Amino acid sequence: MSPTDLGGGAAAEAASKAAKAIETRDGVVVRFAGDSGDGMQLVGTQFTIESALAGNDLGTLPDFPAEIRAPAGSLAGVSGFQLNFSSREVFTPGDSCDVLVAMNPAALKVNIDEGSLKPGGMLIVDKETFTDQNLRKAEYQVSPLTDGSLDGFDLFAIDISKLTSTALLDSGLSNKQVLRCKNFLALGLMSWLFQRPIEPTIRWIEQKFKKAPELLEANKRVLQAGYNFGETTELFHTAYEVRPAKIAAGRYRNVTGNTATALGLVAAAKCADLPMFLGSYPITPASDILHELSSYKHFGIRTFQAEDEIAAVGAALGAAFGGALGVTTTSGPGVCLKSETIGLAVAVELPLVIADIQRGSPSTGLPTKTEQADLMLAMYGRHGECPLPILACATPADCFETVFEAVRIAIQYMTPVILLSDGYIANGAEPWLVPREADLPKIEVEFRTDPEGYQPYQRDPETLTRRWVIPGTPGLEHRIGGIEREDVTGNVCYHPMNHEHMVRTRDRKISGITRDIPASVVDGASQGDVLLVGWGSTYGSISAAVKELVAAGESVGHLHLRYLNPLPPDLGDVLKRFRRVIVPEMNLGQLIKLLRAEYLVDASGLNKVQGRPFKVSEIVAGVRKVLEELT
Amino acid sequence: MSTATQAAPKLTRKDFESDQDVRWCPGCGDYAILASVLRVLPDLGVPREQFAFLSGIGCSSRFPYYVDTYGFHTIHGRAPAIATGLKVARPDLSVWIVTGDGDALSIGGNHLIHILRRNVDVNMLMFNNRIYGLTKGQYSPTSEVGKVTKSTPAGSVDHPFHPLAVALGADATFVARSIDVEAKHLQQVIRRAHEHRGTSFVEILQNCNIFNDGAFAELTDKPVKAEAQLVLEHGQPLIFGKNRDKGIRLGSGLRPEVVELGKGITEKDLIVHDEQDPTLAYFLSHMGPPDFPTPIGVFRAVERPSYERALDAQLVDAKDRLGPGDLDALLNRGDTWDVE
Repeated sequence: MSPTDLGGGAAAEAASKAAKAIETRDGVVVRFAGDSGDGMQLVGTQFTIESALAGNDLGTLPDFPAEIRAPAGSLAGVSGFQLNFSSREVFTPGDSCDVLVAMNPAALKVNIDEGSLKPGGMLIVDKETFTDQNLRKAEYQVSPLTDGSLDGFDLFAIDISKLTSTALLDSGLSNKQVLRCKNFLALGLMSWLFQRPIEPTIRWIEQKFKKAPELLEANKRVLQAGYNFGETTELFHTAYEVRPAKIAAGRYRNVTGNTATALGLVAAAKCADLPMFLGSYPITPASDILHELSSYKHFGIRTFQAEDEIAAVGAALGAAFGGALGVTTTSGPGVCLKSETIGLAVAVELPLVIADIQRGSPSTGLPTKTEQADLMLAMYGRHGECPLPILACATPADCFETVFEAVRIAIQYMTPVILLSDGYIANGAEPWLVPREADLPKIEVEFRTDPEGYQPYQRDPETLTRRWVIPGTPGLEHRIGGIEREDVTGNVCYHPMNHEHMVRTRDRKISGITRDIPASVVDGASQGDVLLVGWGSTYGSISAAVKELVAAGESVGHLHLRYLNPLPPDLGDVLKRFRRVIVPEMNLGQLIKLLRAEYLVDASGLNKVQGRPFKVSEIVAGVRKVLEELT
Repeated sequence: MSTATQAAPKLTRKDFESDQDVRWCPGCGDYAILASVLRVLPDLGVPREQFAFLSGIGCSSRFPYYVDTYGFHTIHGRAPAIATGLKVARPDLSVWIVTGDGDALSIGGNHLIHILRRNVDVNMLMFNNRIYGLTKGQYSPTSEVGKVTKSTPAGSVDHPFHPLAVALGADATFVARSIDVEAKHLQQVIRRAHEHRGTSFVEILQNCNIFNDGAFAELTDKPVKAEAQLVLEHGQPLIFGKNRDKGIRLGSGLRPEVVELGKGITEKDLIVHDEQDPTLAYFLSHMGPPDFPTPIGVFRAVERPSYERALDAQLVDAKDRLGPGDLDALLNRGDTWDVE
């Protein structure tokens, strides 16, 4: 393609403020790809921040291998970062990209083979990395730069390495150090090409390399050199502009799901006026929440890196017994290990939040790739009748509100709550309308201190919740534990009728949470041919697909569930308003089983288990197939 | 561990007895241990509501039900983890863990070594009866090689743990041993454990009269006891025997040996117990029949900052440096932009 075809197809609009022409685009999808040591995640993140500050709506997909450093130049070591930025509403990181920056032959090979770059898309490669050795590592027989295989793309073979070393000629840095700066050359060039402000990146470099002035200077110089190269080189005749998106007024920041989860927990603890205790064991892709919360000690947050997943949740439960907000963060393998303790929390009816940042499964599976196959684990992954509430986050920013709600339910209903996020939204980012503390709801916590008539398993008649009484309260000394207890008194009790009563009471307590669930909101058609029911990180892809289908005149609605247990009380009625129900999931069909069992609905699944999110086109195609069956 | 003492009405043993029927087998050593604990608790100067007793699973782990304080009967092996969370969240509480040889050393071995190395300020009473009682008589990680049980009809081939050596290996700051039937000694050790700041690990040798009767008979029977027990006292030479005529001295290399006093051997030749000497504690932990008496008392007591205090200090430091957390500032941290 020619660069003028780039982006969403809006009419080009020349601007005269720079020496070169500037054309306006609705939106652009850029993908940075390189060796896992090339700093692609860093460049992607910085480009995201630049785009956010430019006022665009955006969605990102960091995509990296599990190996910290796979062999240099190998196909296994390719790391990518995709960013979709737009002047319109963005739901996903984009099915494929308009611009691919490939820092070596392996990065080119992986992305071209996978069809990451749109036909005619702009392809920028670091020419000097296409050596015989690197080509061999990337399994190229001949250089793709010369054999015509890239003719379908708009190829820019640039001396990125050489430009970097030229910029740092007198820096005194070693050759190795110099080459490590080349990602900033690429970033500078892209920043010029899309007219992004580089000031935030300069600020970041100044902060990051505070203690290494020579690296600070070098990276700044290379970034600027990349920008200037774009402006002066004759390779590019045009730069592109993506105008700010029209989004709700307010103050925004860019946020990943894991950051939003951490912030949501801090906010919830503050609004509940409880000290937070996080027990966690490092696991991909959840560790960032532990890292983040560990730096908030001035908020009174105690983080405990436990010896294992079991101790992590155990300590969180112990802290809850003591009157703290007990939280544990993990991924699927960790939830398996925590199951017994979660069961104990159900039995002793103490508040606890378990955040499961799902990843490819089973076992070690795909640690750095996404999946949503832990719903059944959350629902049934404990022995016995062991119900607990389950909430799922839909987008990176949505993690804040959802985890806040998880905390509220845990406290109000004295129960463990499982929060389901996944690798895609945990690492992906989007602009977030920052809430103000004053606008956040208070979470009511009242430790009982009155000894008069106290019984440990006395319940609120409506919510069936027992009271939280913490050690140190005179006159209310009592014992709790995992053995079945007599209702009200809390004494150990093996009586058959009491056991059934307790099993049913625990079940009713959880199912009663429906009273708190707001009415379901269906996007697109509110009734008609097809309803898409989704949960978790498929939100973006389904939303974009439904938008496209509705725009094409189809009668399609989208209901996205935050509450997975209990399900919304009006869900059965919503399902009946459509002729067909489709449940897209990044698993082999888990929510669909719950829906079929609960509502006897003849739903059909749309399933993808590839460690990566749905493309919008895949959902559209799946719905179209069903629509055809209907006609 | 220790907790700040407060002026409170004088408590008695009755104040600490719960209304629950004690359901250990008649004759179980656990009764004696419970009695000793109930005897000590009122004297510690800690208000009743400030105590929390946690346990795992097993016969010993029923303990919290019988003490009228806050209590949490948790799951198998995990009490140290749960107690860590409680103590870190609530440093003001006096936290006790009651566990057994299976709970602490088998299913909960990992949590045991980690609470010890972290030195969380809790007291851990490990009842060692060298058998699984609640599951009706399988061998435990402290059962002797050759032990015939339901699960080892041909005799156990597992080499047993020396529990105190495990604790020392994890760098525990307080390591002690006592015996269920030695009430006075046991109470002294429990008091010392309470006073210690950091994890206090106390092995209590306990008889299971149903599945392992006489587990420590060679050590506790009246006629042999004086010859079989070596009572450790800090700063005192290692002397034992009915007539206090035997002692332990360092033989060739670092090997201890039993000697008879007299005939040119005096107390000056004997090893003097030092609770701060890690090497001595280690070889005492391996000492026992048939060649040696079994030491009881405090093997090791050293000071090291406790985990929850160190963490608290970091919180205080962070607040000093950064001020109390400002949520709005946190939410708006980094690059932000305004949309009109």
